[in-house]
Amino acid sequence: MSDFVRHPAGVAGAILLTIIALAVLFGPLVAPYDPQAFHTTVRLQGPSADHWLGTDQFGRDLLSRLLFGARSTIAFGVGATMISVIAGSLIGVTAGVVGGWIDSVIMRGLDGMLAVPDLLFVLLIVTMLGAGTGEAMLAVSIAFTPGMARISRSSVLSIRTREYVLAAVARGESQRYIILSEVIPNAIGPIIVEGTIRVSFAIMIGATLGFLGMGAQPPSTEWGLMVSEARQFMYRSPWVVAVPGLAIAVAAMGFNLFGDALRDAFDPRRSR
Amino acid sequence: MSLGYLTRRLFSVLLVLVIVSFAVFAITMILPGNAAVMILGEYATEDQLLALAEVLGLNRPWYIQYFEWAGNILQADWGMSLRLSLPVGEVVGDAFWNSASLAVTALVTVIIIAIPLGILAALYRGSKVDLGIGLFAYVGTAMPEFVTATLLLVFLAGSAGGYLPAGGFIAPNESFPGFVSHVILPAGTLGLILMAHIARQVRSEMSDVLASDYIRAARLKGLRERTVIRRHALPNSLAPAVAVISLDIGYLLGGIIVVEEIFAWPGLGRLLIYALENRDLPVIQAITLLLAAVYALSNLFSDLVIAALDPRVRY
Repeated sequence: MSDFVRHPAGVAGAILLTIIALAVLFGPLVAPYDPQAFHTTVRLQGPSADHWLGTDQFGRDLLSRLLFGARSTIAFGVGATMISVIAGSLIGVTAGVVGGWIDSVIMRGLDGMLAVPDLLFVLLIVTMLGAGTGEAMLAVSIAFTPGMARISRSSVLSIRTREYVLAAVARGESQRYIILSEVIPNAIGPIIVEGTIRVSFAIMIGATLGFLGMGAQPPSTEWGLMVSEARQFMYRSPWVVAVPGLAIAVAAMGFNLFGDALRDAFDPRRSR
Repeated sequence: MSLGYLTRRLFSVLLVLVIVSFAVFAITMILPGNAAVMILGEYATEDQLLALAEVLGLNRPWYIQYFEWAGNILQADWGMSLRLSLPVGEVVGDAFWNSASLAVTALVTVIIIAIPLGILAALYRGSKVDLGIGLFAYVGTAMPEFVTATLLLVFLAGSAGGYLPAGGFIAPNESFPGFVSHVILPAGTLGLILMAHIARQVRSEMSDVLASDYIRAARLKGLRERTVIRRHALPNSLAPAVAVISLDIGYLLGGIIVVEEIFAWPGLGRLLIYALENRDLPVIQAITLLLAAVYALSNLFSDLVIAALDPRVRY
């Protein structure tokens, strides 16, 4: 862990994630205005003492909308990824442990799903389920599951032949003990790393769905939707699209940096 | 590389496409409202719907419908678009070439810029150049296409810039300068995220190569640094770079959906969004299969290139 502290990307990622976590936890409490309140006299204004990040086309305070939107935007990414990590590791560990023709069938099915680009896959599922935040979240988690399953399977397979597992087999431990106490704790590192990095993709896809009108619906303060709603005014006041757009980038970057640092910390062979 | 390997890989591509076609068909079967509802509209009476469903064969078992649909596709008959009253093959065919012109432009630009950037960063590790490239890579991979596109539009197509058209398409054989001016912004948007990712991966591959024993041996032999890099380091970091690029084609194919919608580029992505909004099933099925096929074939192609580049890869 001391490596982690000295890792500049890790420190930057941790700082960004702390800011984001604070916004998610306390954002609505510290927001200066009601995110839905119209202030008709100050529409599309730049930053000022009253409105630190300016106002949108209805005069709504952008800082307040951003702080409220942190929950829907970040929770979306984390939630969708967590579902896919759980479902994916169940499938992957099962395939890796059972092996044989079941493994082959599962893997061929996953290959087929992985051949469809993520965004296209998500769009197909959302069209099937209907637009909305919950539907979009389910769609992203379904689309991410094959990738997670593949990583957990390969992680299990590489551990099954390690000396400590062979030692446990030689000791005559039960299959159940070996899987729960030897294989899974050691396979979980790569899964957590991949999951952390995927949160940033989930946030980006969620915001893209909001932008396309297939995710969060107005008057939600989801950041992608904020960009989409402000686009018709973007030439007059670039500020209104830049603020939520950059917020998405900061959130995605936080998870990316943190995930990379975690990977280096878990993998001693990788030099910095 | 043996002929057996090639046949096996081709077979696995075919298998993947069969699985995708199953999945696509299943998804479109589950979609609420069948083709009859889509043709007649929501105010059609129950009798009219049943009659049309009978004519279209929608009340037959799903596997018969699947085999008929798949059989038709094998004979290059993609069916009729429910909304555009045109053969799907025609609509999708035009859109495919428009998308290809955008995707290939983006990909070629990215490869030309990103690989040298990654190599530069690896050669000057820890320097300001490396830091700058690293920062660019992190920011680039964190910006979704719609954010990059919007920012590019504001700065390069708005009243402040105003140099480039904000959207639209001119075919390259119609007016090449027209094509170039229209392709810059969408290709730039697609390129940014790929460039960032590829540069970062090339840097890490190249760093691993530079830290390897055979590079040390080459240096100890007294070879000039330029020879070490050119004859030993570059060729060995090229195969991993090809692998990264082929995986990124998946991102590219997803990215064109959003980018074409924003820049009004008449390609597969824009057509797909239109088809999804209007529940135009045959068009949705055709585009999904086509994109999956392109992705699978590009992966196959890159595997072959890697096998050709890297003598250690034997199948």
